[in-house]
Amino acid sequence: MTFLQSLIDGIGLGAVYAVVAVGIGLVFGVMRLINFAYGELITAGGYTLALLSNAPAIVAIIVCFAVVVALALLQERIAFRPLRGAAPATMLIATFAVSFLLQNVYLLAFGSRGSTVGTLGGLNTAIAVGSLRIRWITIVATIAGAALLGCLTLVLNRTMIGLQLRAAAADLRTARTLGVRANRVITAAFAISGVLAASVAVLLTVQSPLVTPDYGVSVTIFALVGVVVGGLDRLWTASLGGFAIGFANAFVGDLLPSASSQYLPSVVYGLVILVILLRPSGLFAGRRATAAERV
Amino acid sequence: MSRARIDSLTALAGPVLLVVAVAALGSQLNPVRQLEFGEALVSVAIVVALYVFVGNSGVLSFGHISFVAVGAYLSGILTLDVEQKNLILPTMFGVLRHTHTSTALSLAIAALAGGLFALVAGIPLMRLSGLPAGIATFAVLGITTNIISYWDKIGPGVTALSLVPTNGVWTLMVGALIVIVVAFAYQRSRLGRRLRATREDPLAAQAAGIHVHRERLYAFVVSGALAGFAGGLLVHQLGSITPDQVSVELTFTTLAMLVVGGVSSLSGAVLGALLISGLNSFLADAEQGVNIGFQLTLPTGTRLVAIGAVMALVLILRPSGITGGRELRLPRLRRAGASRRGP
Repeated sequence: MTFLQSLIDGIGLGAVYAVVAVGIGLVFGVMRLINFAYGELITAGGYTLALLSNAPAIVAIIVCFAVVVALALLQERIAFRPLRGAAPATMLIATFAVSFLLQNVYLLAFGSRGSTVGTLGGLNTAIAVGSLRIRWITIVATIAGAALLGCLTLVLNRTMIGLQLRAAAADLRTARTLGVRANRVITAAFAISGVLAASVAVLLTVQSPLVTPDYGVSVTIFALVGVVVGGLDRLWTASLGGFAIGFANAFVGDLLPSASSQYLPSVVYGLVILVILLRPSGLFAGRRATAAERV
Repeated sequence: MSRARIDSLTALAGPVLLVVAVAALGSQLNPVRQLEFGEALVSVAIVVALYVFVGNSGVLSFGHISFVAVGAYLSGILTLDVEQKNLILPTMFGVLRHTHTSTALSLAIAALAGGLFALVAGIPLMRLSGLPAGIATFAVLGITTNIISYWDKIGPGVTALSLVPTNGVWTLMVGALIVIVVAFAYQRSRLGRRLRATREDPLAAQAAGIHVHRERLYAFVVSGALAGFAGGLLVHQLGSITPDQVSVELTFTTLAMLVVGGVSSLSGAVLGALLISGLNSFLADAEQGVNIGFQLTLPTGTRLVAIGAVMALVLILRPSGITGGRELRLPRLRRAGASRRGP
């Protein structure tokens, strides 16, 4: 039965990581930018919820979405727009700098001891099914994750902006010559990634309610690892990778004997290296021949 | 000496003079200041070590701090007193417990260990490039940090390794200069030039008969050895070390120093490390209140915010770093019309 229990916990965590992975993958698609400061969006959402712990849950959540989306757009406008077309290394390091900056702003504003989120705390209660204990948040996270990814698929496939996003992801330059406005598409991508980050903030603060300045960092690192393991070039492979890493974390953590559980990160990272070596273009990516391009 | 050789050596003079000047200035100041200058010199060593691989190959590595960590722990443990080690680290391997070496020898061993680790990690990983390479090297760092934190046979675990003998500004300067000279020699060598060719255009380099993976591996090993050495310097500057000090944060700050200075030049690596370290010290002072024509007192905690903002700003305004990837040269030695770009 512990096996089933681990499986359920794994799915709950995997769903959250899948959403983070899609948020990162979406921006990467149109801009070829890995936004390392994505975690700070989640943290911003966490702090908003913590500050509004006494407000009605619905108000807190709406404000949380507004704050996070605004911050995502701000990041794009101030930091990443001037860097468009710079070397990938420079862009990546710039996102580190933004991440570092925001973390220290949080530290300055809220201190290092952390703020506790009380919104939706009730979802932590568990229902017993046989000998299994399923927390409500696991169910909510799984459903919310699936719903978000479903909605995103609809937006991408059924709306004009979705079409433009896909065109830009395939080839931004060609898309622009065909009349897709780069600023609009990139803004849209950041806005959607902001919505996803806000949702993650809501889901994650139920499971771990103490928000500290580096709250989003480890989530981002793990999701990023998942994205690369899954395959960056497509959203669904990225989200599967994110799911896999969250799942592996919870699942392997439960299965390892407790004496060696402190080495869990080593095991997960070891698996990551193995996967990257065997399938550099991603675990779920198709076996397409990728000839190097000269242009 | 030929004209070309003199010209190339002037490219080394810039970084060397800069480091010597910093050490000379530091040695005149009070002990607290000297610590800050020592820290800056160690940063130079780490960033230059990182530059040897990242700058010459154009591939990002998030794993170099693993070599720094191994060097720091090994060098620190080797210079501890044997009696003390038996007392405070009874679970450690016998070899580590019973051996005591001088600082210089421990640094050489740290370099060797860093190079060896880089070789073992590099053989599989150097086939990768781009993001997968970044994530895989990051995974190496994750594993290193995790093992150093928990395996009590190789060190003190999460508690600090302390009581390591420390060194002053001049010794650290010599260490930083060694790293700079080796980095310079490598980049002027046939190996370095071949690797730079793969950075500019991997396909053309391959077509010219250059084995990309092998060249990257050589650079990774040289760079890993220098990083191990720099780690040894770090522990002998701080006097103690914890796993957190040689992990993700140091990775980001050193990479940021490199990028702020300019990834593809040695001068950029040195300048970036010195400028960010200098800014860091200045802001730390300003939090206590400092007089710069007028009294400036910043609220506590603004230091890191300001550093983050400066790093972001430099990257936005000058995406290729302060030096723009060029080497600093002494202007009067430069021939007219010889304003070609650095190597």
